[in-house]
Formats: sequence, C-alpha cells, structure tokens
Amino acid sequence: MRVIVPLQGVVQGKGGLFWGSVIPCALFYFFQLYFKNRRHHHRSPPPPPPPPPPPPHHSPDPEPPGSGKLHPHHVQVLPRSLSRILLSPRSPAGPAYVSGRATSVARISADSPYYVGLRKAAEDPYHEVHNPHGVIQLGLAHNTLSQDLVHDWIHQNGTTAILGRGIAPYQPLDGFMELKLAVAGFMPQVMEKSIFFSPSQMVLTAGATSAIDILSFCLADHGNSFLVPTPHSPSFDGDIKWRSDIEIVAVPCRSTDNFNLSITALDRAFNQAKKRGQKVRGIIITNPSNPVGKLLDRETLLDIVDFAREKNIHIVSNETFAGSACGSKEFVSMVEILEAEELDRDRVHIIYSLSNELSVPDFKVGVLYSYNENVLVAARRMAKFSALSAPTQQLLISILSDTRFVQKFIEINRLRLRRMYNTFVAELKQLGIECTSSSGGFYCWANMSKLLRSYGEKGELELWDRLLNVAKINVTPGSSCHCIEPGWFRFCFTTLSEKDVSVVMERIRRISAATKSES
Amino acid sequence: MTRTREPESKSKTSSPSSSSTGMKLIVPLQGVVQGRGGILLGSLIPCALFYFFQLYLKKRRRSNDKHPSSNPPSPSSSFPELPRTPSRSNLSSRGSLTGVRLSRLATTISDDDSAYYVGLNRASRDPYHKLTNPDGIIQLGLSDNTLSLDLIGDWMRKWGSGGDDGLSINGIATYQAFDGVDELKLALSDFMHQVMGGSVHFDTSNMVLTAGATPAIEILSFCLADHGNAFLVPTPYYPGFDRDVRWRPGVDLIPVHCRSADNFNLSMTALEQAYSQARKRGVKVRGILVSNPSNPVGNMLTQDMLYNLIDFAEDKNIHLIVDEVFAGSTYGSEKFVSIAEILESDSEYIDKRRIHIIYGLSKDLALAGFRVGVIYSFNKNVLATARKLCRFSSISAPTQRLVTSMLSDKKFIQDYFETNRNRMRQVHHEFVDALSKLGIKCAKSSGGMFCWADMSGLIKPYSEKGELELWEKFMSIAKINITPGSACHCIEPGWFRICFTTMSLEEIPLVIERIRRVVEVCKSSS
Repeated sequence: MRVIVPLQGVVQGKGGLFWGSVIPCALFYFFQLYFKNRRHHHRSPPPPPPPPPPPPHHSPDPEPPGSGKLHPHHVQVLPRSLSRILLSPRSPAGPAYVSGRATSVARISADSPYYVGLRKAAEDPYHEVHNPHGVIQLGLAHNTLSQDLVHDWIHQNGTTAILGRGIAPYQPLDGFMELKLAVAGFMPQVMEKSIFFSPSQMVLTAGATSAIDILSFCLADHGNSFLVPTPHSPSFDGDIKWRSDIEIVAVPCRSTDNFNLSITALDRAFNQAKKRGQKVRGIIITNPSNPVGKLLDRETLLDIVDFAREKNIHIVSNETFAGSACGSKEFVSMVEILEAEELDRDRVHIIYSLSNELSVPDFKVGVLYSYNENVLVAARRMAKFSALSAPTQQLLISILSDTRFVQKFIEINRLRLRRMYNTFVAELKQLGIECTSSSGGFYCWANMSKLLRSYGEKGELELWDRLLNVAKINVTPGSSCHCIEPGWFRFCFTTLSEKDVSVVMERIRRISAATKSES
Repeated sequence: MTRTREPESKSKTSSPSSSSTGMKLIVPLQGVVQGRGGILLGSLIPCALFYFFQLYLKKRRRSNDKHPSSNPPSPSSSFPELPRTPSRSNLSSRGSLTGVRLSRLATTISDDDSAYYVGLNRASRDPYHKLTNPDGIIQLGLSDNTLSLDLIGDWMRKWGSGGDDGLSINGIATYQAFDGVDELKLALSDFMHQVMGGSVHFDTSNMVLTAGATPAIEILSFCLADHGNAFLVPTPYYPGFDRDVRWRPGVDLIPVHCRSADNFNLSMTALEQAYSQARKRGVKVRGILVSNPSNPVGNMLTQDMLYNLIDFAEDKNIHLIVDEVFAGSTYGSEKFVSIAEILESDSEYIDKRRIHIIYGLSKDLALAGFRVGVIYSFNKNVLATARKLCRFSSISAPTQRLVTSMLSDKKFIQDYFETNRNRMRQVHHEFVDALSKLGIKCAKSSGGMFCWADMSGLIKPYSEKGELELWEKFMSIAKINITPGSACHCIEPGWFRICFTTMSLEEIPLVIERIRRVVEVCKSSS
C-alpha cells in the first residue's frame, strides 16, 4: 500500500502534509512552464517568412559544424545530389544569402496594388502640358494645396533661414529643443484648442512613418499583434509588419455603421486573437481616420481608454491628419482626454506629422508624443536611425516662429482643403458616386460598387486596374486598406489643382460610361 | 477540506496497517490515495487543487487590473522566471499586475549603457566653453570634425546671400522616392569619385540614400541577415556598431581580435578562427563588417588585405560590408584603397553581389547634423529592399537641395579637402607629439579622426576595471571625455580613443595639461 503514494518516503518522513502537497504541485508547475516555453519557442523565432523563391535563398550549410575548419574545400568533393549542392552556401556559383525578411519585403511591395499604383504614377506622371496622357496621382495622402505659401515664405526670408545660428557639430538626435518648443506651440494652433504639449514628451523623427516604426519596436515583440480598425491606411502594413514584424489584427468597421468604430467589434477581435494564441499588445487608432476621414468623438475615445485599461494594452493614437479636421464635428485629441484622466497615462502614445500640417510632405517630419517615460528613453535612443537633418530643423524653427505667417497659413490651408473637398465630392456625386460623409483627412472614401463587373475583391481590383491603365488615374482600392466590403476606393484630392479635378472627373466618366454600356 | 476528511481517512486506514498510524494521518487525502486511485489520484488531486488556485489568483488579478497601480511596468513577462520578485505576479501568464508592458527590445535599449554613451551624455550636459564654462568637460569622444567648419559656414553664407534660390521647391514632384532624388545621387557619385581616389566610377543606380550612415548600416543588417545570425567584426571597432546592428536587426557581432603587436591589423588566421568557432557554436555567420580607414585605430586595409577579405567572403559564401565613412579624412603616409577600386579593376573574377559599401557625409564633409548616408551595393535584391526600408529614414527635401548645391560646387569641394587635410595633419602631428612627451604612445594611424593611445602604463590593475577607473579619472579630474578601449571591444586593456578633430591647435596645450594632471595622479599613487 505504501508504495503507491508518490514520494511516500518523503511524505511519511518529517515533512508530511507540507511536502506531500508541495512536491506534486511544484512538479506540475514546472510541467506547465515547460510547455509554455516550448510553445513560445515554436512561435517566437523569427516567424518564418513564406519561403522565398529559391535562387536568392540559401539554407544553412548542412554539414556538421567544425568540419569546415579541417578541410575548407572538401565540400565539393563529397558526393551530393543536385538539390543539396544548390542549397549549400559553399557552392561558389551561388549568390550570397539575402535575409528572409528582405526577400519578403521586396516581394510584398512588388505585388500590392497600392505600391504598384504609386510606382506607375511616379514613372509616368501627368502634366497638363508636358504629359497630358500621364497618370494622375490620387493615391498619396499628401497635402500640397498650400505648399506655395511655404515656398513664398522661404523665398522672402531667403535661404538664411536655414542657417539659423550657424552649424553646430553635435546635436541631439531626437530633435532640437527649440523645434520641440515650436511644435508645442504650433499644434494647439492647428487644432484650434488650448491644449498643453510638453516638449519633454516629444521625440522628433524623420517622418511619421518612422515614429510608428519606433513605437512598434518599443511596444511589441516579434510576432505580437496590434488591433487596428479597418479600413486602415494602406501604408500601415509596411510601417508595422515589414521591419518590426508585428501582426495586424483587423477590427472590421462596416458601411452600415458609417465605418465608425464599435467597442463590441474591438472586444470580439481581441478575444478571437487571444483564442488563436496571439499576444495583443496595443490598439492603433487613426483620428481623423484614414481612409474614411471619420473623427472619433469623446465618448468613443473614453471607451477605448477603458478598453485598453481593461485589457492592459497600449493605445497608439495616430493624429497625423489632426489639422485637416473641419466641418461640423469637433476634433478631440487624445491629449485632451488625458488631461482629464490623471491615472494610467503611460499606455498612451500619440503620433503627429508636422510635414502634413505644414503642407510640405517632402520635409518628412514626424512627432512621437508619449506619456511613458520608458518608451521615451528607448525612442530617443532609436531616433538615431531616423534623425531629422539640422538644416530642415533650422528652417522649421524659423518658419514656426513667424506667428503671423503661421496664423495666416492655417486659415488659408483650412479653407482650401474644405473647398477642394466640397468640389471633389460634389463632382463625384454628379457621376453617381457617393462618398461617406467625412470631417477630416486629405481624401474621400467613395463607394464605386455600382461600377464593379463582379461584386468581390476580384471585381474591385479589376476596376482599379481599369482606372489605372485605361483612365490613367491612380486610386487606392479598398482591399489595400483591408476593407471587408468590396467596391470602396480612396481618392486623395489634396495634390490636385482645381483644373485637374475636371480632368479626373472626365476620366472617371469614361470608365463609368463603359461599364454601364456593358451591362 | 483536508480537515473534514481526516477522521474518515483515519478510520479507514487504521485497520489494514498497524505500524504507522500516526504517520499516515499526515498525507493529505490519504483516504482517496490509498483507495483505488493510487498513484494517479495521489498526484492528480493536489495538482488539480493547485491549478484551481492559480486560476483563482489569475481571476482576482484581472479584476485588479482595472485599477492598476502606478508602479513602473514589470520588465519581461513572457518567461515567468521562478525565483522572482513580488509574490504572485509570476504565476500569471500575463504578469502585468503593474503598468503596461513594453517590448523586450525597449527594455534592453533603456538598460544599454556603455561607457561610450555615458561619456557623451555627461560631456553634453556640461560642455566646455572657453569663456562661459571653462571648467566644463571637453568632448574628445565623438568623431566630429570641427577643424574646417568655418569653410562650410562661409560657403553656406555665400550660397544663402547669392540670390539664387537654392531652396526653391517648385520643381519638387509630389511623389518623391524615399531613397533620395537623382540630382543628389549624381552629385554624390561625383563626390565619391573624387574622395575615393579618382579612379572609380560610382553608378547612381547602385545607390540608396539614407538619413545618415547609421541607418545605412542598420538597413543593410536587416537585408543581409536574419534575427540571430551574425557578422564578424575585427576589434577594436566603432562602439556604435553594437547599437546599429544588434538592437533592431537582432544580428549578433562576433569579435575578431586584433592586437597591438600587429599594430591592430587584421589577420586572416584570426578571422578564420572566429568564423569556425562561431560555426561550431551553431551561429550562422552572414557577413564581415570592416571599417576602412578603421575606427578607432585609424589604420588602413591594404590592397592585399582587401583581396584576402574578398576571397574569404567568397569561400564562405558570406557578405562583405565595408564602412568607408572616413575615406576622405586621411592625413598619413598610407594610401587609402577603396574596395570599389578593386571591384572595378578586377570585375570579372569577383562576385560583386556580396560586397556593400557604406558612406556618409558626416565625417568627410563634417556635416554630421545633415544626416546623409549612402548604401552602395551591387546586389539588386538588397538594393530593392533597402529602397523600401528607406521610408523609415529618408532625408528631408530641403537638406537634399542644400547638399546637392554644395557638392556640385567642385571648386569648393577641392579647396575644402586640401585645407581640411592640412589642418588634420597639423593637429594630429602636434597632438601625438605632445602625448608622447607625456609618455603616452599612439598606434600608427593614417586616417580617421582619432589617436588610439596606449595608456596601459597608467592603469592598475591591468584589466578592464583599471581601464574604466582611469576613464573615470579623465572624466572627473581632467574633465575630458575620451572613449575607453573596452567600449570598442578591444581585447587589450588600457587603450583609449581620443578624437583630435574637435580641438583647435590653440586648445591642444589645454587638453595636454588636463591629461598631465591625470598622469601625475596615477604616477603619484603608484
């Protein structure tokens, strides 16, 4: 009888009650731990990128380690099958290994319609006089409507503005303090609100893209994931997945809700991801949203904060289009929400784009604004990989410190945006294409499902292809934004002049007429 | 629960066995255990109890999470290590009793504090200034060149007042390639042609421009190796490599030690040895990363050595990355040979696809703040990927225009190089001379902006600890920031990197005087 109780010797010794329960428990605990680690190992090593095409890819040398030292050249002598030789990195003819992640980046970007369209429009750009049959770019969320104002300013103030105090050799890589101060003054003006921005919470980067990249590296490990309401910006895939290797868990929003975000959908997506074993580290919201142009109201923002708190995850609020918000609804920044909420702010990180606000996209200036001291420390150190150049910073300091100019600029830019939006949407409507009502952004979100030859992603891409190759306009198909309903397209109108708008409409009319005559 | 069962088990078990009744009582659930279940139940039931206990704790914690405390976030939690801090948090898979969790990388990055960066920070907080802060720290730890800043400044002023609207952005297309405008690439290819000896032609289609040489190295690491792979690096090496290659790309650096006996020249035997040792450990080596002229020593790779490296890379089928950011900052007798020159003269026999060059304007043109770096590669796949990754570190338009105009002014560039080289030669000569009068010898160097000084006579004990103690003395007593060899992964203790291009000729006596103080303190204590 005694034999059958495990560890009876110990049990009936001195420990008794204590050891009798602790030892099985400990064993069980280590067993759990072992499983967990095993599972972890399975997932965490660089999530195997889909097998790259054979020629550039080489798997490790299959021979046992160490033998190379003894006979450096014996590999070719060994009798091997053909496939083996192809795989061997020693085969002198084969090219050197290019990393798996590099191969997958190159492949993804070659296939996605978003990048194909951008490339095509860049190769054969429309020009009224020089290239009237070129492709019109409507795929890039850039605002150049008021670029002329900035140019004029630079022209008037001369290039001396760029020199500033002259050139100093060593400067902090996360942005000059003067520029951070100027940004802290400028952002409230853009938002038309009296919010306080603390320069010490800022890290300036070479574009908002880099800011998102840095944040992804700070907040999540390889293979973790972020919740992102869809449709989302077509460039997110590149920003988040390519380098930091983080999964995007889509939180679908539908046309019946007017593409507004619902907490129920958020919760469902979170639970499903968890069930699949994914570790969700945060949620990325875009406000005003891209590509739809919706604003998140105060209620929703508070709900999101509660949601993140409940799940203990981060919030990345992408407010790169903050200055474009106009219309009847009020833009509410995450900063405002947090001013009221004292507690637990260190899970919130905000991204701004100074170059978007100033209508000079090619300046590429992004702002990372975080409430988390540890994130700021890491981000400041990572800023060396995407630092802003000194002349650009000097120039921006000079521009932003001219308050009269800034005031005028903001006013005019807002007017022009509004006018362009109204014109564009009204003209589309005349063609029978409805857009969702939006209150911000450099784009409109148009429902072209009537023009689809077949209702589905295939039909959508076919229409996109016709728009690009026949009508010669590059728009972004909804599938690139991971919209779950087919037939939606994003038109970015802020790089057009008013004259261009009629050309665009004429080109769309041709496609729509052709589709109608078929049916 | 155990209690209520006790009497029962007592009555049951007392009859069969007569010997150790008292003993038996103490086994929990003995009734069940010694019934039919035996081993199975005996282990299963405590486990189940324990499991439910864990579950209960987890649930409790979840409700606690709604009111998280303001403690700092717990570091990594994915591996619940056992012997660990406050009570129960390690039992949970989420381990996030306190604030929200950051990535492992962020935690590593915040903890990463090598003497190199500590020194830079301390010096930038209390910088020396002749008038306003004469007791501040003199920065000699940064490879900056201020010797000829006046020339750059003059050029910019002339350009600014020239009336020619160099910044006019009217011509800028709305969609700009992330990897640099063609005008700048053209200007750079001419410039590099001039810097690297005038015999090499650089093709703009092989160029990718990044916001500085630092991201160029990072992007190349991403392209050439996967997480956990490694590069071979001759030591002592530039302290920044650790961050550029290790942090985000997750590529390891395997040191190939060079010694003072060879004047820190690379030996192929050491390279071969490091390679096979790494292979034995199961590490996949994907490339060799060398700097030429080397940083921190300042010696050059000879033509023979470059051929050897190419052969080695070919033999092992790995990449060769040559960091040539100091190509134009030479002052010595040795001739700088760019790897591009070898590739051009021997193009048929060499597989160019494995060779990548890194260049930048921060050193040779002293434009550190401008952040202009170049990846020059012959590998189409690498170039394609690098162009995509450039979105994360592109150069802003005004800077591209400014640099294009500057580089196109051939006369200016030529004058600049002549003057700069003379000034560097002069300062280097004076400084090394003065150091040797203090009994400090420097390794022979011909390029770069540093002296690699041997202060092993001043350290006690002869180890990394002694070296760092001496470094601390330089910081606190002499108030100068220099880079200790250990930050450069030098295998011999007592070497220091001193950047001489941030001081003018007039400042040399001051620096030497400060160094003398440390030397005297060391001598008197021993």
